Amino acid sequence: MTDGYSEKVMEHFANPRNVGEIKDADGIGKVGNPVCGDLMWIYIKVKDNRLEDVKFKTFGCGAAIATSSMITEMAKGKTLEEALEITRKDVAEALDGLPPVKMHCSNLAADGLHAAIKDYLERSGKK
Amino acid sequence: MDHSSTTPVDAAVTEAMLPYFSEKFGNPSSLYTIGREARRAMEEARGNVADLIGAKKEEIIFTGSGTESDNLAIKGLAYRNRKNGDHIITSSIEHHAVLYTCKYLETRGFKVTYLPVRKEGFVNPADVEAAITSKTTLISIMHANPEIGTIQPVEDIGKIAKEKNIPFHTDAIPAAGKIPINVDAMGVSLLSLSAHKMYGPKGVGALYIRKGTGLEPLLHGGGHERDIRSGTENVPGIVGFGKAAQLAMERMPEALRITKLRDSLIKGLLEIKDSYLNGSTEKRLPDNVNIRFSYVEGESMILNLDMKGVAASTGSACSSKSLEPSHVLIATGLRHEEAHGSLRFTLGRGNTQDDVDYVISVLPEIVNKLRMMSPLAR
Repeated sequence: MTDGYSEKVMEHFANPRNVGEIKDADGIGKVGNPVCGDLMWIYIKVKDNRLEDVKFKTFGCGAAIATSSMITEMAKGKTLEEALEITRKDVAEALDGLPPVKMHCSNLAADGLHAAIKDYLERSGKK
Repeated sequence: MDHSSTTPVDAAVTEAMLPYFSEKFGNPSSLYTIGREARRAMEEARGNVADLIGAKKEEIIFTGSGTESDNLAIKGLAYRNRKNGDHIITSSIEHHAVLYTCKYLETRGFKVTYLPVRKEGFVNPADVEAAITSKTTLISIMHANPEIGTIQPVEDIGKIAKEKNIPFHTDAIPAAGKIPINVDAMGVSLLSLSAHKMYGPKGVGALYIRKGTGLEPLLHGGGHERDIRSGTENVPGIVGFGKAAQLAMERMPEALRITKLRDSLIKGLLEIKDSYLNGSTEKRLPDNVNIRFSYVEGESMILNLDMKGVAASTGSACSSKSLEPSHVLIATGLRHEEAHGSLRFTLGRGNTQDDVDYVISVLPEIVNKLRMMSPLAR
């Protein structure tokens, strides 16, 4: 279970950043893993093509929570284009790695962020 | 508070074992003094293990683990009786040592009925009776379930097995040392035990084999253990097992104290909003607490509890290597996400009311923190 959770994963898990929802979010990304039941919702606020604010709500294991927290930090302040380039691998690396078994099931944060940006682009008619 | 995973070796058990490593290191098969010494100690241990379950000494075989005991009972009997039939009856909430042994036998041409359980996690004896065919050669139903604590109606099943003259095996590993066991009252032909779940050492198990029950050995060799389980006996382990069995009998009244702690913990944790007891309030192992909390996931709760110095376990898929949720919880009718939020505490000799109060004081905050994070919580 905690086999191989890095200190950084545990630090983000214990003190997750940017928890909660943004009431008037410009985009919301809802992703989940149908097999294990993990759910991750990412909320974004966009200003001048930049991510002004990013928050999350997650139902899942330690890795699911840590990756959610990490991506909010990675994405904040980035342009939409930069944010779309963040990959699952980037998130895992920023956390000093994830246990192999968790790489697929709980590493959903990049998907969640991309889904939120897509939602924003659709809402604002830019796509 | 995870004593169902394993228990610490009791100091008295360690002390009993120590001389049999280097000082009295003889092989029980040797005829000279230190060999005889080892054999005597081993036979005394066999007597203690037999006493724990109301059996005769010569009906106990020592093995290398509880898993081996289950394998030997099921495969040994199925293969020995193959000429009489090829059908086995078991339940959907057995330990994997039983379930996967049965699954293996299916690949070898045997037919297995996996009985469902009712919502609270009990096998219905009427289902056992209804599943019996002229080809049934074995019924294997556990004495008690280690995850949700349900004590199965083994005596009723034993009666049915006796009437139909079908051997009945029970995995008593989670029950041993916690509730009284009597092989005659239960009507079993085979019963599995493991030392490390009852304050004994790891690496030693036992199988009770009622006189007249023939088994095909899994291990062939020097003819140890009445030619049913070859391999030089693990004398220190067996001596430790014997001591642990003796202590378990002496300390059986301790179950009352543990039961009180259990009920106090259940009551305290059910105060948390949207929490539910898994298993039953009746016929529950004295040490078992299993509660599910809506909208949160088990591994996250365990990691948080660990940070507070509490060890527990969960039926959540996230914490299993296979990423599958607990088959026991699913068999009781829970959905994936409900199994996800399940937390199990199993109490032991070392636990006190203070420990229980501590868990009751820290868990609400943990659940609350995770619910704040959860998109499922309102």
